[in-house]
Amino acid sequence: MQFLNRIFAIAAKEVVQLRRDRLTLGMVVGIPALQLVLFGYAINTDVRHLKAAVADQAGTRMSRELIAAVEASQVADIVATADTATELEAFLRQGRVSIGILIPHDYERRLASADRPTAQLLVDATDPTILATAQGLKALTVEDPLRGPPISTPPPTFEVRAYYNPERRSEVNIVPGLIGVILTLTMSLFTAVAVVRERESGTLEFLINTPVRRSELMIGKIIPYIVIGLLQVTIVLGLGVTLFRVPVRGSLVDLYLSSALFIAATLALGLLISTVAKSQFQSMQMIMFFFLPNILLSGFMFPFEGMPRAAQIIAEFLPLTHFVRMVRGIILRGADLAEVGHEAGPLLAFFAIVMTAAILRFQKRLD
Amino acid sequence: MAVDHLALDVPEGRIYGFLGPNGSGKTTAIRMLCGLLEPSEGFATVLGRRVPDDAEGLRQHVGYMTQKFSLYQDLTVDENLRFVGRIYSLSSEQWHRRINLAREKYDLGAIGGQRAGTLSGGQKQRLALAAATLHKPDLLLLDEPTSAVDPETRRDFWDALYDLAADGTAILVSTHFMDEAERCHFLAVLDEGRKVADGTPEELKNEIDATVVSIEIEEFRRGHRILAETPGVVSIAQLGSLLRAHVEPGAGDPVDVVSRALLHAGIDARARAVEPTLEDVFMAVTR
Repeated sequence: MQFLNRIFAIAAKEVVQLRRDRLTLGMVVGIPALQLVLFGYAINTDVRHLKAAVADQAGTRMSRELIAAVEASQVADIVATADTATELEAFLRQGRVSIGILIPHDYERRLASADRPTAQLLVDATDPTILATAQGLKALTVEDPLRGPPISTPPPTFEVRAYYNPERRSEVNIVPGLIGVILTLTMSLFTAVAVVRERESGTLEFLINTPVRRSELMIGKIIPYIVIGLLQVTIVLGLGVTLFRVPVRGSLVDLYLSSALFIAATLALGLLISTVAKSQFQSMQMIMFFFLPNILLSGFMFPFEGMPRAAQIIAEFLPLTHFVRMVRGIILRGADLAEVGHEAGPLLAFFAIVMTAAILRFQKRLD
Repeated sequence: MAVDHLALDVPEGRIYGFLGPNGSGKTTAIRMLCGLLEPSEGFATVLGRRVPDDAEGLRQHVGYMTQKFSLYQDLTVDENLRFVGRIYSLSSEQWHRRINLAREKYDLGAIGGQRAGTLSGGQKQRLALAAATLHKPDLLLLDEPTSAVDPETRRDFWDALYDLAADGTAILVSTHFMDEAERCHFLAVLDEGRKVADGTPEELKNEIDATVVSIEIEEFRRGHRILAETPGVVSIAQLGSLLRAHVEPGAGDPVDVVSRALLHAGIDARARAVEPTLEDVFMAVTR
């Protein structure tokens, strides 16, 4: 029975150690809770309130009623107006809207003839879920009080034109976002151990006695990984293009510039974790806490529009959210940096704040 | 409290020893001098600069060799030295020259391509000293530098220290080895964070406030017990097959005091007065 005693001795010791290890204990409770809440909120295929722009070229009572009917459906929120189809396409490319509603000059005549769709929906189909939702608007009808209900089955009101991903292949949508997901995990892991490792191996005591400044140390630690990150971008993109025929419509320079910014932001976060964590294992645990919301709320897995307001607000603070938008714009919609540049601001701010915090937190002291 | 109101005078070109048992505050004191630990009150003045406030201004002028090997185990000897040269912003010709010099002086030429993690204790120690002095510091702090090496390596290491001192470097070395303390120009004995004695090793031995009596004896344990209770005997220790007793002045003839006490207890022993060693100094000041 001695073996039972020894097993018990080990188990009891583990329990005591676990009780003193707050972070692991937090993981036991926190990870499942976080997962459940995030998944529960984020998985929502009933996507509503897609941002839409409308170009009402007819400008009649009937066309305005159609727009009102679209809004009443709650599928789309009209956030912008345009004059031409080209303008609508520009909105789509910039990622400002997911749907463009085009009501042509001859809307009334088309209504009367009733043999073809009367208006067009231009849909950003990079995310097939959004395309499917937009399809729901297709048969939206506006009853004309003067004419009464239609006698025969009319053609659908809208002709849906799927942009960027007409074949509705989900891998087209996933690969660009995957670049960001992979970078989030690997980059933050690299730097999350950067300071802790020096502390654990004892080299920090030598290092902080040299004239190296805190900022120099921190910047020096992230530079090599920016290059490694760009290498990862190349690998994922290369495989995406060759294996999944992902179209690269924008410029590679824009893609690499925005990737470099995102990589720097993620590396800075890793550094900050590294200045807080007491061991390499602790840094890994903290990365997990950061990684989950990023992957679930960023719009990489589930459409941003399907998430409740609270989740959307949290998502705006996550670097991956902004990078996914940028990188999808550049790769799939052929947007240039100027068109998706408004997503670069939050990334830059995130980098500046987190990097400064990491530098301030890191002290050239042992206590 | 680990270190309490400590004043040290380390003159340039001299080696100042910091002698104390484990836990006496040696490492803490050295780390405070570097600004690595913040004192709960007060400050230190090192090379005319206030620490910790101006610790950064001190970095170019102080070399620090940590107790535990603190260079990069996964870099080679040469890579470590190059790194140190760059971090101290030496110009490339400067570090080429100094690294070549250090290689020769510390016998690192043959192992330049070897990873530091695979070096022997003596090699690591030479590399660490080379790294700590590459920027030619005015003050060199060494925290128990030879605790992990054999006596011969220790001797070579001390030759290197004397060379550095001859070049004008002020050296502060902490140790708990008496033979190492013996080699210092000056010594401070540290006990529970306080300086309990200082001076040259000779001064310390001469000023000892007791007579040292060496006793040849068979019954160590009983003799030890008897002497510990004998008035006039202030401390007693066993050294191999000898007992060593400190007899305070004014207790009468020291050899007599010891012999009589043992004779009275029926223990056969031969006692004689001997010259004090640093070990005796240490025993006397920390009792």
